[in-house]
Amino acid sequence: MTAATITARHSFANSAFTAPSARIHTPEPAGKLAFSFRNVAKQFGGTEVLQGISLDVYEGQFVAVIGKSGCGKSTLLRLLAGLDKPTSGELAGTDDRRRTRIMFQEPRLLPWARVIANVEVGLTGIAKGEAARQKSLEILAEVGLADRGGEWPSVLSGGQRQRVALARALVGHPSILALDEPLGALDALTRIEMQQLLERMWLAKKFTAVLVTHDVTEAVALADRVVVIDSGRIALDLAIPVERPRRHASPELAFFERQILDQLYNR
Amino acid sequence: MSSALRSIGRSSLGWLLPALLLAGWEGASRAGLIPANVLPAPSAVGEAFWKLLWSGELIENIRISTLRALSGFVIGGAIGFALGLANGLSALSRELTDTTLQMIRNIPHLALIPLVILWFGIDEEAKLFLVALGVFFPIYVNTLLGIQGVDPQLVEMGRIYGMPRKELFLRVILPGALPSIFVGLRYALGIMWLTLIVAETISASSGLGYMAMQAREFLLIDVVVLSILIYALLGKLADSLARFLERLSLQWHPAFQTV
Ligand SMILES: Nc1ncnc2c1ncn2[C@@H]1O[C@H](COP(=O)(O)OP(=O)(O)O)[C@@H](O)[C@H]1O
Ligand SMILES: [Mg+2]
Repeated sequence: MTAATITARHSFANSAFTAPSARIHTPEPAGKLAFSFRNVAKQFGGTEVLQGISLDVYEGQFVAVIGKSGCGKSTLLRLLAGLDKPTSGELAGTDDRRRTRIMFQEPRLLPWARVIANVEVGLTGIAKGEAARQKSLEILAEVGLADRGGEWPSVLSGGQRQRVALARALVGHPSILALDEPLGALDALTRIEMQQLLERMWLAKKFTAVLVTHDVTEAVALADRVVVIDSGRIALDLAIPVERPRRHASPELAFFERQILDQLYNR
Repeated sequence: MSSALRSIGRSSLGWLLPALLLAGWEGASRAGLIPANVLPAPSAVGEAFWKLLWSGELIENIRISTLRALSGFVIGGAIGFALGLANGLSALSRELTDTTLQMIRNIPHLALIPLVILWFGIDEEAKLFLVALGVFFPIYVNTLLGIQGVDPQLVEMGRIYGMPRKELFLRVILPGALPSIFVGLRYALGIMWLTLIVAETISASSGLGYMAMQAREFLLIDVVVLSILIYALLGKLADSLARFLERLSLQWHPAFQTV
């Protein structure tokens, strides 16, 4: 099942908005491949966590991965980031580890390093000294923490820590950013702020984003494309051709949200 | 400014009780409630202090004892730290040595005194050996625990960002283990003095413990009490120094952020 077939199968006639096909944001499959999974499987012990995953993601795409807890989303991201090796199948475009960064639900900041030094970790092997400091200060300003570089992470709020983690992930200009439920631990309002920041940074830096989330609203608000994983397989691969900036809870987004929920709960 | 004053006030609060005890003791001695041959008055201890200070005997004994304590500490601490690091970082090293070390740990090191005297006589080596052995375990155990307790998610983060092994150790593992290492350090300092007192009391020809034992033979109870007080002061000094270092290197820790 490809994204195109799914969008085509649904009629927009019953929805209160015009067919979005004219305002597709998703880079056309003609773009360059950022990475691809070819029939990838992953087993832990005897259990197959992922089976036969094939996924082509194009440069600059924003892909959301959704699925029930334990369906293998994190495993997928760890394969993408090179933290685990697939049991069988092939990954292309992930050879250069420095091109891929991963963000987790926990910010994973070094508590004993100032905010700025934590961001500089993202430049390990890329830049040092004054150059590293300068770049880190710039990106800190971009995530809205211009004057917090000298603080200890422990005095920051959860959302601010996640911003530092985002700055650290992006300071080295990765081409792929994998995000494993990075906003899962934040309160609703901070979440929305962070979603906007993430979108802004993605638009500015033009990296390929792969966001694992359990929040369907978040997925359709941010992604060009939503991949639903169910019992280790891709159950749905849906394009979200809605123009940006997107409005939260707009009827267009609700339409796609419903399709994903239907798939998740086999309605 | 006022917060600085307040913090000085806070830290002097701890000295209030000892000062009161001292005053009470002096009063009780003067009133004849405590016989001088049981416990001399603080003023008598003070006099003994001046006398020994002027003769140079006190300084010399403190110097010798401190030197012994520190040498033993450095030897035992360095070996304990090195082994703690090795066993924390390498599973092979841990499997080879940890069981043995945990077995030896169950022997109270002071129980070895007769054996140590047989091996080394009453020379310096005997005292160094005992102090080093006493200091070794708290440093070893807490360094190992500290390293094993480092958040594996942070270590994974360091790897993701491509930190070389040395950098991973210096920026992630060691700082993560430091709070636990300091616990070991402070505990080891206590053991260091305790061991030295016992060793010097049993077999020595110089040092504070020797001074106390000599004084006991000549029934100079004020000198005995003085030695005990000096031990207490030295112990407190060592602990304060360790706490200062702890504060300095754990500034990031929420427990040490006073503002
Ligand atoms: N290192 C591992 N060893 C064994 N089983 C694992 C490991 N990592 C994940 N799993 C199992 O794989 C399944 C998928 O895990 P995960 O990818 O974390 O799910 P998700 O992120 O979608 O909630 C779970 O059943 C989990 O128990
Ligand atoms: Mg997960």
